[in-house]
This record gives sequence, structure tokens and C-alpha cells, in this order.
Amino acid sequence: MNPAVLTGEHFMTGDVACAEGALAAGCRFFGGYPITPATEIAEHISARMPEVGGTFIQMEDEIAAMASVIGGSCAGVKSMTATSGPGFSLMMENIGLAICTETPCVVANVQRAGPSTGLPTQGAQGDMLQARWGSHGHYEIIALAPSSPQETFYQTIRAFNLSETYRMPVLIMTDEMVGHLSERVVIPKAKTIKSVSRPRPKGRKDRFKPFEPGPNGVPPMAIAGEGYNIHVTGLTHDEMGYPDMTVEAQDKMMARLVGKVRRNLDDIISTEGYRLEDAEIVIVSYGVSARTSLAAVEEARDQGIKAGLLKLNTVWPFPEDQIRRLSERVKGFVTVEINLGQIHLEVERCACGKVPALLAGHPGGTIIPPDQVIETLKEGF
Amino acid sequence: MNAYEEPKTMTRVKEQPPRQEITITGFGGQGIVLAGRILGKAAVLGDHKQSTLVQSYGPEARGGACSAQVIISEGPIHYPYVRHPDILVSMSQTGFDKFIDQLKEGGTLLIDQDLVQPQSIEGDFFSIPSTRIAEELGRKMMANIIMLGFFTAITGAVSVKAARDSVVSSVPKGTEEMNSKAFNKGYDYAVALLKGREKKAKGRAGA
Repeated sequence: MNPAVLTGEHFMTGDVACAEGALAAGCRFFGGYPITPATEIAEHISARMPEVGGTFIQMEDEIAAMASVIGGSCAGVKSMTATSGPGFSLMMENIGLAICTETPCVVANVQRAGPSTGLPTQGAQGDMLQARWGSHGHYEIIALAPSSPQETFYQTIRAFNLSETYRMPVLIMTDEMVGHLSERVVIPKAKTIKSVSRPRPKGRKDRFKPFEPGPNGVPPMAIAGEGYNIHVTGLTHDEMGYPDMTVEAQDKMMARLVGKVRRNLDDIISTEGYRLEDAEIVIVSYGVSARTSLAAVEEARDQGIKAGLLKLNTVWPFPEDQIRRLSERVKGFVTVEINLGQIHLEVERCACGKVPALLAGHPGGTIIPPDQVIETLKEGF
Repeated sequence: MNAYEEPKTMTRVKEQPPRQEITITGFGGQGIVLAGRILGKAAVLGDHKQSTLVQSYGPEARGGACSAQVIISEGPIHYPYVRHPDILVSMSQTGFDKFIDQLKEGGTLLIDQDLVQPQSIEGDFFSIPSTRIAEELGRKMMANIIMLGFFTAITGAVSVKAARDSVVSSVPKGTEEMNSKAFNKGYDYAVALLKGREKKAKGRAGA
């Protein structure tokens, strides 16, 4: 039996499911720094890594943790870290470095209420726009949001596969509620788990251009030290990886960094609909709030309100077209999220003034009860 | 899965199948969250039902108020937080004071009788000196397991086999037998209590 895949039925938390999903996906390096409510991911994976021949390092802080993850990945090992708000802030600079150097890696953010130290043991979904725009410069990012431990397991695998496919950091934007929620998790047989690895170079090692794009816009990636010429920098660079301080080089590099996401939305974006067929009001939600929303849809339907749910498994890139199309045929939207309006802004933008887009939000520290959603539905429509 | 097509549809459940909501309260260090975990695990792995456990605690490791919210259901559980528990288990006065008003009308209350004074309670409740029994067994920290045995017999929310298996697979290696014994103590205490009540009720009926 493959010791990395604990095939069978379990009762585990979202945090533990994240660690197990990472191992099942082939992650063999974790560089982290403990922080509530993400500590259990590091704790669990630190015990498991030696069993699968992987490496766990507790770094001196989150800046170094993110740097170690980039290093691990450049050395050819699938790598990840896990943190929460304050640590996520510290990781921002190096997340940008991973984007610019096209280094595959996974960052889990088990969100707690902020700003600053906030409410360390209580959850929120307040880092959703930080996930999108937290590092400087213009870039595309992929962020997933699981709403149960089972989903956390599969989305962590998916995060690795997407990061390896597109050579970029992928964020798992979970929350304290899902991270600390225990539920049934079924781990399938190892051979049924689809695991993707980064494209690898072929041909002469001395003629290798480390940033020459492959067919889907993604350059094959050489492992540091295996003999291919490589140069990696956070400066704007050419196909050789050498700094090139020209507008033309910036144009070309950015077109590719942004394009590899924008041209593959079909592959990256994942959503689920619940009772959308005849819905007049669409609730848009993700993470733990999608569970509140499911309960709210049932309650609303019982009261004769035709509500449905659009659940975002992928939050970034945002499913703009789905919202645009829905806005042609529904009466309006309600975004349910534990912040004071973040993804709500995206929904509003894509609804384009055609129909109202409302928010059922909360500043954090607690889950949103279904009653609050029902109230918003009744008052707004 | 497609950015341009309609999102795929989730399966729909038409009717709400039976479910029970349980809150366990106490202070950090009593094993409240572990008790919740054992319970949820028993329901899922032993009884093949759906179950969720939400743990809530403050920044302190020990002494602070703490609670575990468990839902056991035949069907999917969307909202995993307990609003009005069918069963409230209290192992501290603070926990009792905080949660007693949430208990559903006609709900079941279980307490550690040495740690909770249930004044102002009109309805019936079930009490056990779980901490004292644990001390007699030599380990105060097994009070939660004794309470679980008691809980299982009184409520039937999980099957005895599932609960006992879950205890054994959840406690530290080397303490399985000790904890199994503690579980039985709590279970037997409840059985005796229920028998006593039945007898009393019969006696009253006969009089």
C-alpha cells in the first residue's frame, strides 16, 4: 500500500484533509510557520512527511517559509505551505516571486478574522481580495475555496495539479470553520488519484531556454542542478531567464503570465449549481458560507422564494461569464461571505447594473446563519 | 466545470431526514473536543451516518470555556453549527449557564453532578459524577469517556459498539483498555439509573 494515500473512510478535520490531500497529490516538501487556525496542517504533515520520504521544515517566519517553498519546488519537489491572515500578508512578496519565476507551489490560507491579529481562533473570509491582488504588480492567480473536509482533500490535489500544469502558485482559500470542522472524508485508492507534474524539458541541455513557452503557453521546467542552463529572477526577463529591462520584454512576459490563465479558464474554473434551473434569485457563495447558503436555499424554497445557489469552487479566476449569463435571466444576486463585501464586488461588476446584487456579509468571528440570508432575500427582492 | 457553460448540478435532497444536534460543554483540558470527535467518528465510521463536529475554544489551552457541537443525521448536513441542541452535555457550570437556554424544549440534559448545579431547571435531567468516578479509576482525565458511556446509554444517539470502537481507536496507544473500562463504567451507571427510574415509575403506577 502507498503510505502517502490513506485509502479508506475517515472522520477528520479540514486541516488534516488538506495535509492528506497534499501527500496524495505528491507533495514532498512543506516549509511552514505555525499559526492558528492553520497549525494543524503543519502539525499533521510534519508527522506524515517522514513516513513518505518527504521533508518538513519549520522556518523562522512566513517570509522564509514561502521562500523555502519556492526553493523546494525549483529543486523539483512538489511543495506547499499553510498559513492564516497575518502569515499570508508576510508571504505576499514571495508569492509574487513565484508568479514571476513561474514556480509551481501551493499555499493554503485558513482564514481567520482580521485585520491584523484580529480574532485568532475564529474564522472569516476576509482575505479574498488579498488573494487576488495582495502581491504588487498586475498578475493572474488561481484560488480555490473548499466548503468541507472532503472537498479540502480533493481541492488540495487539484491545487497541486493546476500549479504544476500552469507553473504558478495556487491558493487554497479555506477558512477556520472548514479547517476545524470534522466530517467524513473518503480517500480513494492511490491509482485513481490523478496527479499532474510540471512539463519537463527535452533536447540539448546547453540549448535550453528556461522560459520559452510550450504549446499551452507554459515553459517546460528544468530541475535546478540537473544540467540544463537555467537562470531565475524576479526581474522582468527574456526566454533565457536573463533580466531584460525593456518595455518589449515586459509586454511579452506579462502577456504570457496573464495569458496562460486567461486562455485556460475552461480548465481552471469550477462551479456547482444547486436549484439554479428555475431560480429567480441566485446566491453566490464559497467556502463554509456555501453551506449556510445551501441551508438558506432550502428554507427560502419552503417559503416560496425561488432561490438557487452558485457555489464557487474556483474563486479566482472569477467566473465572470457565468454571472453575466445568469444576470440575463434572474431577478438578482445575493453574495454570502464572511467579510463586508469582496466577492460581492465581483458579482456586482459582472451583473453590470442589469439586476441588483446584494450582500449577506459579516465582519468575521462567526459563521453566517441561514436566517440572515433569508432576511436579505426578503428585504431585497 | 466549464467557465462558459452552465455549472454542473448538485444532487438534491427532497426531505429532511431525522437528525440530532448535540452540544458538549466544559472547560479546556477536560477532553470536550475529543468527546465530540469520538461521538462524530462513531456515527460516521460505526453507524454509517453523516456527522459533523464543530469545535470552539478560546486562546487558552486549559481552563477556558470550550464546546463541541456535533450533528448526527441520516442525510447531508449543510449548516454544521448547532443552534438548538436536542441533547446538551455539561461538564462545567460556565458551559451550562452559557448553553442551557439553547436546549430545545423537551431536549435531554446530561451533567456532571459535582461540577454543575442545574438550578432554575424545570424539566428532567440525567446526572453522573463522571469526574469523581474517573478519579476513583485513577485518571481524572477519563471523565469525558465516562460521560460518553453515560451519554450512549441514555440517548442512544450512537450505537454502543460504534461508540466503544471509536473510544478505543481515538485514545492514546496503551490506554485503550483503561478507557474502554471507563466507558463501561459510565454506560453501566446509566443503565442502573434508568432501571431505578423504571422501577420507581412502575411502583408509582401500581400504587
